Amino acid sequence: MAPSDGFDMLVVVGNPPRRKPLTTGGTAFLLFASAVTALAWQTPSQTQQPASASASPLASTTPTGQSTAPIQAGPPPSAQTQQGALNIVVLDPAHGGIDLGSRGTGGIQESDIALEFAVEVRRALEQQGFQVVQTRQGNDNPSFDDRSAIANAQRGAVFITLHIASTGLPGTVRVYVNSDLPPITTANGLIPWDRAQAPFLGLSRKFGDLVQGMLTQRFKGSPDTAQTATIRQLRTTAAPAIAVEVSSVVVNDRADLDHMAPGVADAIMRGAVAFKPLYVMASTGGALP
Amino acid sequence: MTEPTKEPVRERWKFWLTTLLVFAVVGAAIFVPIFGKRMKRAARLQQQSEEQARRELIQPVPMNPSDPRVKANLFWLSDAENSVLAPVVVELPLSSDPVLRSKQVLNTLLAGPVDAGLRTLPPDAVLLAFYILPDGTAIADFSEALATSIPSGIASEQLAVDSMARTLEANVPQVKRLKILIHGQEVETLAGHVDLTGTFVVHADAVPTPANAASTPADGKTGALIAPPSPLTQDRRTVKLAQR
Repeated sequence: MAPSDGFDMLVVVGNPPRRKPLTTGGTAFLLFASAVTALAWQTPSQTQQPASASASPLASTTPTGQSTAPIQAGPPPSAQTQQGALNIVVLDPAHGGIDLGSRGTGGIQESDIALEFAVEVRRALEQQGFQVVQTRQGNDNPSFDDRSAIANAQRGAVFITLHIASTGLPGTVRVYVNSDLPPITTANGLIPWDRAQAPFLGLSRKFGDLVQGMLTQRFKGSPDTAQTATIRQLRTTAAPAIAVEVSSVVVNDRADLDHMAPGVADAIMRGAVAFKPLYVMASTGGALP
Repeated sequence: MTEPTKEPVRERWKFWLTTLLVFAVVGAAIFVPIFGKRMKRAARLQQQSEEQARRELIQPVPMNPSDPRVKANLFWLSDAENSVLAPVVVELPLSSDPVLRSKQVLNTLLAGPVDAGLRTLPPDAVLLAFYILPDGTAIADFSEALATSIPSGIASEQLAVDSMARTLEANVPQVKRLKILIHGQEVETLAGHVDLTGTFVVHADAVPTPANAASTPADGKTGALIAPPSPLTQDRRTVKLAQR
């Protein structure tokens, strides 16, 4: 009755037209508060899963403190078990805006080509039922952290950043995963933002090798396995994350690069499809690389 | 009545004005070229002194011929397209002081191999400063050209960093980690890709510190960009270096 008393008071002071909106607003607020409370109760039960699975290879590889980090770096791999398998691919066409990336002869710009490749990759992935989220749709340049934040907000996602090199054998494609990051957890068990990739490196390596294998079948001269590099974009991404770099902007004709796009898209799609069951296996304590 | 008195005054003014004008023109004709020459000379001197200061600032550490000549391993590309580093043995008089020695090998690395297509660092990049902290972390401060002139890309940037780390690893055992600055500042990436916010492990026994980790291979895969040194390359590829 207290709330209605409050509304009565408003009526007394001569504000009858506001009565209905206030009542509606109050009800909406109560519903919202209930929803938030329900979510708050639900979250601990999800994050307790990794701890209960501490006997699994995953838990022994990934410290429990990191596995339970739910805030800064998104859910760890083991939490994906409860969310279902891999279903979202975050595509990151690198550079954009005033950052053109590498530039080749004839006005070829990495930022443009990466976006075009992203369109092809997106199409291929969506045909296989993946939900695709892009870090940029047009000629803008989100920060590294903004791009990572898009991936870190997803559950059951992988992250692929697309690049066009200015060196390398033209017509080849390389996949990179981040270099080893020393796992560090804070006192409250959260993963530091700047090391968000650390618990996912094993899965990233597995994903990278699969995609690289598919690419090498199509683009001869590409490496057999994923390479390692200290890539800024990958470090803050809390998901299996790879960088795909196509060689190169230094081609005589832009059409050479355009012709590569469908093949790259198909190889990435096949890699994601092949990775999908492994992602679940790792989540349930199966084979973690 | 006033007309006759005004005429001589006007004539006198005309005379003086004309005289002044003539002097001004003659003076300008004489002094403007002299002034211009002096200005040019002053500008040239200023430019020379700036260049001199810059040259003094960035002067490579001279090789001391009395230092013992040792076979230094420098890491450049094995071939222009394969994106793999290979050691090249170069005989250099290297100082025993780790800082001087590091500067000498890094400057040699910057100078590049005979085949310019195999270089890993841009030719106009300059090592501005280098020092080693007590814990073995080396700080290498490069000119902006390192970031602006390097071919942009994950592979090329990682190869640049790896070539420095591997060269230091091979020649200066005191350096455990490498931190790269650009013009005295910490930067987020080298040229948009490779992370420069942390340190790079130079010797495998060094404990990785801050944000990013090792470029040093812990196993075969992590060192995929680096070809293992082979007797062939070590023995046969002793080359004469291009002098800067």
